Formats: sequence, structure tokens, C-alpha cells
Amino acid sequence: MSAIILFLAGIAAIAGWWLSQQRLTAKPWLEEGLIVDLREESTSFLPPAKIGLGVFLAVVGSLFALFISAYSMRMNMVDWRALPVPRLLWFNTAVLVLSSVALQGAHMAARRSDIDGVIVGLCAGGASAVTFLIGQLLAWRELSGAGYFLASNPANSFFYLITAVHGLHLMGGLVALGRTTAKVWRGVAVTQLRLSVELCAIYWHFLLLVWLVLLGLLTGWTDNFVDICRQLLS
Amino acid sequence: MVDVPFDTVAGVPPAEVGEVELYHPRSWWTKYVFSQDAKVIAVQYSITAMSIGMVALVLSWLMRLQLGFPGTFSFIDANQYLQFITMHGMIMVIYLLTALFLGGFGNYLIPLMVGARDMVFPYVNMLSYWVYLLAVVVLAATFFVPGGPTGAGWTLYPPQAILSGTPGQDWGIIFMLASLILFIIGFTMGGLNYVVTVLQARTRGMTLMRLPLTVWGIFTATVMALLAFPALFVASVMLLLDRLLGTSFFMPTLVEMGTLTKYGGGSPILFQHLFWFFGHPEVYIVALPAFGIISDLISVHARKNIFGYRMMVWAIVAIGALSFVVWAHHMYVSGMHPYFGFFFATTTLIIAIPTAIKVYNWVLTLWRGDIHLTIPMLFALAFIITFVNGGLTGLFLGNVVVDVPLSDTMFVVAHFHMVMGIAPIMAVFGGIYHWYPKVTGRMLNEALGRFHFWVSFLGAYAVFFPMHYLGLLGMPRRYHDIGETSFIPASAHDLNAFMSVAALIVGFAQLVFLFNLIWSLFKGKEAGGNPWGAASLEWQTPETPPGHGNWGKELPIVYRWAYDYSVPGAIRDFVPQNEPPAGLSAQGSHP
Repeated sequence: MSAIILFLAGIAAIAGWWLSQQRLTAKPWLEEGLIVDLREESTSFLPPAKIGLGVFLAVVGSLFALFISAYSMRMNMVDWRALPVPRLLWFNTAVLVLSSVALQGAHMAARRSDIDGVIVGLCAGGASAVTFLIGQLLAWRELSGAGYFLASNPANSFFYLITAVHGLHLMGGLVALGRTTAKVWRGVAVTQLRLSVELCAIYWHFLLLVWLVLLGLLTGWTDNFVDICRQLLS
Repeated sequence: MVDVPFDTVAGVPPAEVGEVELYHPRSWWTKYVFSQDAKVIAVQYSITAMSIGMVALVLSWLMRLQLGFPGTFSFIDANQYLQFITMHGMIMVIYLLTALFLGGFGNYLIPLMVGARDMVFPYVNMLSYWVYLLAVVVLAATFFVPGGPTGAGWTLYPPQAILSGTPGQDWGIIFMLASLILFIIGFTMGGLNYVVTVLQARTRGMTLMRLPLTVWGIFTATVMALLAFPALFVASVMLLLDRLLGTSFFMPTLVEMGTLTKYGGGSPILFQHLFWFFGHPEVYIVALPAFGIISDLISVHARKNIFGYRMMVWAIVAIGALSFVVWAHHMYVSGMHPYFGFFFATTTLIIAIPTAIKVYNWVLTLWRGDIHLTIPMLFALAFIITFVNGGLTGLFLGNVVVDVPLSDTMFVVAHFHMVMGIAPIMAVFGGIYHWYPKVTGRMLNEALGRFHFWVSFLGAYAVFFPMHYLGLLGMPRRYHDIGETSFIPASAHDLNAFMSVAALIVGFAQLVFLFNLIWSLFKGKEAGGNPWGAASLEWQTPETPPGHGNWGKELPIVYRWAYDYSVPGAIRDFVPQNEPPAGLSAQGSHP
């Protein structure tokens, strides 16, 4: 359970930092009158949707951290046989990086109010994300063709499960991306698109980060790190 | 209703939170059924939770009938008994208490208490309820699938949960896991709303340290639930794959009915870790909202400010954080390393410190207060007593050496019913009697309420107090029939029969309560806007019940905390949060 504990420690650190900014030592029973709220003082007010996305990412992060915890506990059992990672995954990773870059481009274009840049970025991001998903399916086919079935070994089960969960989250992101693209289609002003595009870009970067961590885990690169964590807690 | 942006009060910067375009329902359907108004969603959550809770109540009657009078009721066999246990536990913990505290109280009280017009994402909020309803329907459907609901126990431990021999192995367990997955998805949608609303939709002047403790409790519990429920999600998905597709995440090599199963090498302990990583925070997900509600009830009905507000807030946050590092105290008998047990026993006992701070503060709030023994106050007092009671037996079970002999006995059942069954439900009842006038505009009937309180309170003790003793005798839990044993005397069976009768009576008192809810809706005494003379913001709405958008034309401005009761020199014995200080008129000629 070390992965989830580390993750939650990170969340706790962020929450603690935030709470430390909230005058928790105030004595509300002595303070009468209008105390200007901290949210109003700050010039960089965050829209609720952005905070909402941040909280959601914390939830998704804890979901993946738990999968990683379960993975690292289960891989210690004697029946674990690591499976060869399909080369296709490297291609897929590159495509996902491209997707993230494209959405970052769209985000920057939206800030410049460059509607053409937004359209190019959104379409390129969406197309490469779909390519990534297709690539993942092909990787599955390659593995099952080589006899690595879901239930034949726990390493396989985890591989399919974790890639599926990641893929599902990306598909959820595609729905949001589709809605944003539809807004462009309807001719919504670029100033009203900025937030949606930015949120998509953030979500994409997050899923890229998660994918890189998962890739490290599935290819065995992080085994040493996992060992260290395990020793810390046992 | 017109959405007017914030007015500008001299000397105060205009809020940067521009008023969000409020959703306006256009038809009866979107107003009462597919509503995006948090108040309607709250009522929907509460009614659904209480309906499925009634099913769990009936299941507890059936269990008590079997335990009190074994062999008398031919329609309860061993398999059904296990199914009743499982469904009773799962429904009460997740589908009733979690949904009622966060979906019910959270939805109703958060926007009103922080001075918002609604939740920040009303559409997602509506979706949250409908996914929850779907989860409840899937759960209820297990009663009708072939083989019936699962009988794996509410902890659903593999390998037995998915092997033949456990009732509900065919369909029950699949439906149960699917229902849990749906519940978690639905809850996440609602939870995002509660958190972001508290963070971003507070009205002007409502600093975090002016929030009523109810909001603090619900807010912290929601954050915990958002981080803890994924563990149950992961466990459910993996168990479902083990059951459906033959993977071996949790399933060890074993022989089932004489034949070797296809499973091999999996770790049942892994499931226990995941389950309790959710399961322990869940205790506090239920307890923290109760703590918050009780703090508010005590303060209002003792006409005194809450003692140690800051400590209360810090304690809530500390309990929330600590509860993530105690999960393995549910696994002392799983064969863990002794140092592990030592670590988790230590963290478990440390939680007693912030919890004890809260109990002391409640008692000190009562000290020399002007205590009105209204029904909400009675329930609040019952909560404190019961929570202390359950907490003290928690000290027994938190210690490894004491837990090992008591594990899997009725002592454990008595402990967790006291601490997370009776105590939170007392807070639920207290909360309902307290806020019902705001929700409906009418008071609940006083006489029926007092009857309900005394029968429930004394009855619950008649059921669960003797249970501790049975546990100490060594009576095991989850047994359909104890049969002949050398260490359980005949008198223990008489005690069991007594407890069963008490349980039936307590159950019927809940029917009186339901009758009261419905009867008072039409015939209850008119309540007026603020029948208890409470200072917090939800009692200051221009209309009762609050209209769509809650606040009429202008959002309230908050000038003080929520606990200004019996302030020396004030005209009334409470000062509402939105009443400007002397020398500052509401429309704001700032000095």
C-alpha cells in the first residue's frame, strides 16, 4: 500500500499548505464585521470548473495509485510471470505525447484568441488520442495472439486491467474534447472557449503523466523503486 | 426570479465570483423529478436512502427473530441468514448512512449554510442522484435474481465471496459489485460538487472559520470519501474480474467441491488491504458529518456558543487525516507481522485524542448552557452518550492482544453498532427533527417525536448493551444458530430472546417516525422561518421552505460566525450571521 500512502501524503501536503493559508488560527468569536475573504483578495481567481477538475484529478490519481499498490503487492507472489511489453507501446506513448502537445498548442492559441490554431490543436489532439486508443487495442491483440490471455497470469491481468482503465479515462476525456470541438463548430467566441480548452489540456497532461508512470511500472523500469518503497513499509 | 449580480457595499471589493447563471426549471418534470436544484436532490437522496434503509431494517428483524428464537421460523435457513447479514450491513453503511449524510444533508445544507444559490455543478449533481438510484435499484434487484443476494458478509472477503457454497454465488455477488461500482461513480459526481461548492461558492464574509461545523464535517468527510472510495472501486473491479473472467487477483489455488479451481496464486489479504483502506475512512465518513450536526444542534438548543470552535475544526481535519493510516486494525487476525499490528494499534489509539477533544467540547458547551430538552437536543445527548460508549469499546478492540480473543464475537458487533450504527443514526434523527421545519415549513409532531426518541434510545441500548456481554462469553458473530456449546449458558439464550423483542419494538418506533414525517407534512404546526432561534445562515432565508435560488434577489453578507448565542447586551438571545454589527446597516454605510 506504499504507492497510495505516498500519493495521499502528497495530497495531504497540498491540503495542509492550502489550509495554512486560510487563517485557521482566527478567533471567529472575536471577529465581527466583514472580513474580506481570501478568495476575493487573490487576483488570480480560479473558476469553479478548474478547481473541480483539480479535485477530480486527485480522485483519479488515487485510483491509479491504488492499482499500482495492488500491482506491487501482487507481483511479489510466486506465480507472477512478467509479460513482454509490445513494442507498439512505445509508438503509442509517442502518439499520446503528441496529443498532449497538440492540446497545449490549442490552449496557447486560445489565449492568443487564434481560432484557427484552436481548431487545429483540438482536431490534432483528438485524432492522436484516438490513434493512441487504437494502438492500445492493437497491442492487446498482439499480446492475446501470442498467448498472453487475461486470465493466464496475474501480470497479464494487471496489464489488461490497468491499460483498460487508463483508456476509459482517455475516452471520458474525448467526450469533453468532443463537446469543446462542438462549441467551436457552433461558432462560440474564442474567449468563451478558453476555459474548456485549458481544462482539456490539463486533463491530457495528467493522463500522459499517469501513462508514463504506468509504462514504467509495466515495463519493469520502476521495479527497483517499488522494492525500495516496499522495504520502507515492511 | 432575477439573477442580480452582487451589489457593491462601500469599502468592500465586489466579489469576483460573478453570479452563475442559475438553471431555471421549465416543467413539472424538471422541477421535481429531473431537478437540478440541490434542495430537491437532497430530498430525493433522503427518500431513496430511507426507503432502502427500511429494507435493511426488516432484514435486521428477521436476523433477530432467528437469533432470539432459533428453529422457530422455518422460512429462515442458514443461507438466508447470511444473505440478510450481508445486505443489512451493506445497505446501512453505504446506501443509507453515506448517502443520507452526504447526499441528503450535504445537498440541502451546504448551499444554504455557505450562502450559495445552488451547488456549483447542478447538472452533475442531478446525475449523481440518478446514478445513485440506479445503484440502489441494482442492489435491490439482487433479491430477485436466481440464487438471491450474496451472503458473503458485508466485507465480501474472497475467496469465499465468489465460491460455491456461499449463497448468491451465481448472480448476487455480481449485482452487488456492479451496484457498488455505480454507487462510487455517482458519489464521485456528488462529492466534487460538495467540495467545490464549499471552496468556491461561499458568500461574502463567509470565511472558512465562520462555517458552521456541520459544513466542516460534511466537507472533510466528502474529501475523505473521494479519496477512500477508489479503494473499494479497485477491489470491486478486481473481484468482479476474478468472478467473471477467471483472473486470480485475489483467488488462491484451492479446491472447490472436490475439484481444483482454475484460480491460483492470488492474495485474499490484498483484498482485505484494499477493502479496509476504504472501510476505515468510511467509519469517519459517517461520523464526521454526525459530529458536525451534533455540534450545531447542541449549540442552538443550549443557547450557547460552541466551546472551542477552532479546536473542533482542527480535530475534524486531524481525524480525517489520521483515519487513513489505521486501516489494518481490522486485520489483526489475518496473520500480519506483529510490528505491523503495533503500528496500527498506536495510530488507532492516537485518533482517540482529537475525538476526545470533540466530546469534551460538546460537554463543555452544555456546561451552564440554557439547555432546552427539545427533540433534536435529546437526540444530540443520546449521540454523545452512545458515541462515548462505542468509543470506549473501541479502545478494547484497537489493542491487538485484546482484539484477538474478541475478534469475530458479538462484542465486535455490539461495538460497531454503537459507534457507527446507533450514534450516527441519532445524529440523523436529531438533524431531521431540527431541519424538517426548514425543509417543509412545518414542525414535526412533538408527542410522536418524544415517543420515537425514548423508544429508539432505550430500545437500542436494550439490544446492544447485552450484546457486549454475549461477546465476552465468546458467542460468535455470523452464526445462524449457536446450538449446544459448553461455554454459552442457557441464560444467554434468554438474553438473546429479550434483545430480539427489543429490536422489534425499536423497529416499530421507526414506523411511527415515518408516519410523523408524512403526517406533519400536511398537519404539522406552522414553523415560521426560524423556529429554534438559530443564528446560522440557512435559517435566514427570505422564504421558508427556501425558494429556487435560496436567497431572493441578493445573496446574504456574513458578518460573524454561526454561534452568537446569548451574547451579552444583544436584544435577542441570538445574532444571525447576516446581521450587520451595530453602526453598520445592511446596505452598508461603512464607518
